[in-house]
Amino acid sequence: MTVTAPSRPPSAAKRGRARPRGRQALLGWLYATPTAVFVVALFAIPLLLVVKMSVSKWPLLTGDQGLNAPDNFVKAVNHRFFTDSVVFTIKYTVLATVLLLALGLGLALLVQESSRWNNLLRASFLIPSALGLASASLLFYVLYSPYASPLAPVMDSLGFTFLGSPNAALFSTTFLIVWRYAGFYMVLMLVGLQGIPADVYEAARSDGASRWQTFRKVTLPLLRPTLALTTVLCVTGSLLAFEQFYILTKGGPDNSTITVVQLIYMVAFQGQNDLGVAAAISVIVLAALVLINALQLRAFRSEES
Amino acid sequence: MAIESRSTPTTADGPPSSSPGASAGSKRSDGVTIAGIALRTPYWVFTGAVGLIFLAPLVWTAVASVSPLAGTNQVDGWGFGNYETLSAYQAGIWRYLGNSAFVSLLTVALTLTISFLGGYAFARFKFPGKNILFLVTLAILMVPYATLLIPLYVLLNQVGLQNSLVGVALVLTMFQLPFSTFLMRISFEAVPRQLDEAAMVDGCSSFGALWRVLLPAVKPGLITVGLFAFLAAWNDFMAPLILINDTERMTLPLAVSNLRGQVQGVVDYGATEAGVVVLALPCIVLFLLLQRHYVRGFMSGALKG
Repeated sequence: MTVTAPSRPPSAAKRGRARPRGRQALLGWLYATPTAVFVVALFAIPLLLVVKMSVSKWPLLTGDQGLNAPDNFVKAVNHRFFTDSVVFTIKYTVLATVLLLALGLGLALLVQESSRWNNLLRASFLIPSALGLASASLLFYVLYSPYASPLAPVMDSLGFTFLGSPNAALFSTTFLIVWRYAGFYMVLMLVGLQGIPADVYEAARSDGASRWQTFRKVTLPLLRPTLALTTVLCVTGSLLAFEQFYILTKGGPDNSTITVVQLIYMVAFQGQNDLGVAAAISVIVLAALVLINALQLRAFRSEES
Repeated sequence: MAIESRSTPTTADGPPSSSPGASAGSKRSDGVTIAGIALRTPYWVFTGAVGLIFLAPLVWTAVASVSPLAGTNQVDGWGFGNYETLSAYQAGIWRYLGNSAFVSLLTVALTLTISFLGGYAFARFKFPGKNILFLVTLAILMVPYATLLIPLYVLLNQVGLQNSLVGVALVLTMFQLPFSTFLMRISFEAVPRQLDEAAMVDGCSSFGALWRVLLPAVKPGLITVGLFAFLAAWNDFMAPLILINDTERMTLPLAVSNLRGQVQGVVDYGATEAGVVVLALPCIVLFLLLQRHYVRGFMSGALKG
């Protein structure tokens, strides 16, 4: 970039500024180049391309056939599963978020004091999170099956299967997700809890607050930044659910458990083979996600003031 | 419920210092008295049961994969019949293990190299565009997986990386960059500047200082980054699902998922269990070995918020 920056008199060069500025910028860019190449080639360009695809006729096999805006968006919104998948995704997101945050906080409160036993518990809560979502889904696929499951006799006698009805499938999948992710949210909650100074609890105790009052009036308000972070993470993750439903329920029974991301995959690669419409749904999802996250952050911030 | 059991003994004779917020080190003495044990027992039973819920599915799968079940390759007696089915499936488990190992190791190597250099650049240098590049890197987190995979499928086709494990590794590396760049940046920022400046005064080039002085100092950060990159790549399902369509080149999660319902729609649950065990084992071993680094990775994510 610059070849200038003549060596300054050594007295002027402070300890922290030993390198001339131009050379420093050049070196900085040199070290940041791999990052920049990856971000541009595999993130920025695809992001622009998906917008272009969303306004173009773009079949899977023949590629770009020219602009057709706004056909793809019309087709996307009118897709026979579009509304159902949006409603189902929101339903699942609310259920998963409420359960995961409540359980994450509950587990964190349960094991927050450091002891051998609690460390053991924390590890056992966390182990499922080391598994991949696909592996966990496959595990529960067998666990929920009417043939191989250890719970098969129970299912037999009750005349019920875990994935047999729309609601059962939703709850069974949510259980899998809670099992897989509760430990993760527990750790985030533990970090938040450790950030609350001990003397606040002292003060609450000396004022004669009950344990429930302390939790309501001290712990929860002071935990707000952590709750904001975990809510955003959990809502984002749940809105983009794919593997668990793809593997566990395949969208069934009766197409009742199709999520939005699954719909994108179906439109792009299963039968319809229309990348343009898939890109249109992707753009809608992206816009919705940015909007929802912005709203959440604003809600948490305005509560604060 | 959970809040109750957290600090049961404080009501009995706990010293006032034991507040719920304080964690490490504040060991109480009532664990050894008989009254203390009696008070603690319900807590142990309850938490132990919760811990078991998290461990049971894993243990059950491991046991079931070697136990007899009709409709599998392990009909009577215990043994490794299911693993034999798995090893004979299509291109063979060794091929799929090899593919997964290749993708995972390439992703780890790329992620470590890029975030090591990038973290150094962001932590130690001033250069034009630095903040924008960092923000754009973090923005990868905001964009849904599916939104990027659709255009990436098209782009990789154009550059001849269709159906390629290298292409999958490149994509997975990009998805790792927000976390790894962030973590390496704070790792470098935690190292006092005097360390590398002293090395440079002694005649090291900036790369020499990075390699000989800073590399050992940021090693824990690198271990965390590498661990997360490995777990993410080993377990990833959606990227290979979309980017790979050749059975020879599938990764293990995809192969195990496809293995279900091969024989005329009859699911081989035994082989699926064996597949889950093979998938989960490396993750659980790594988790147990590197638990501290694993938890630290989560915590740095939480501190960001």
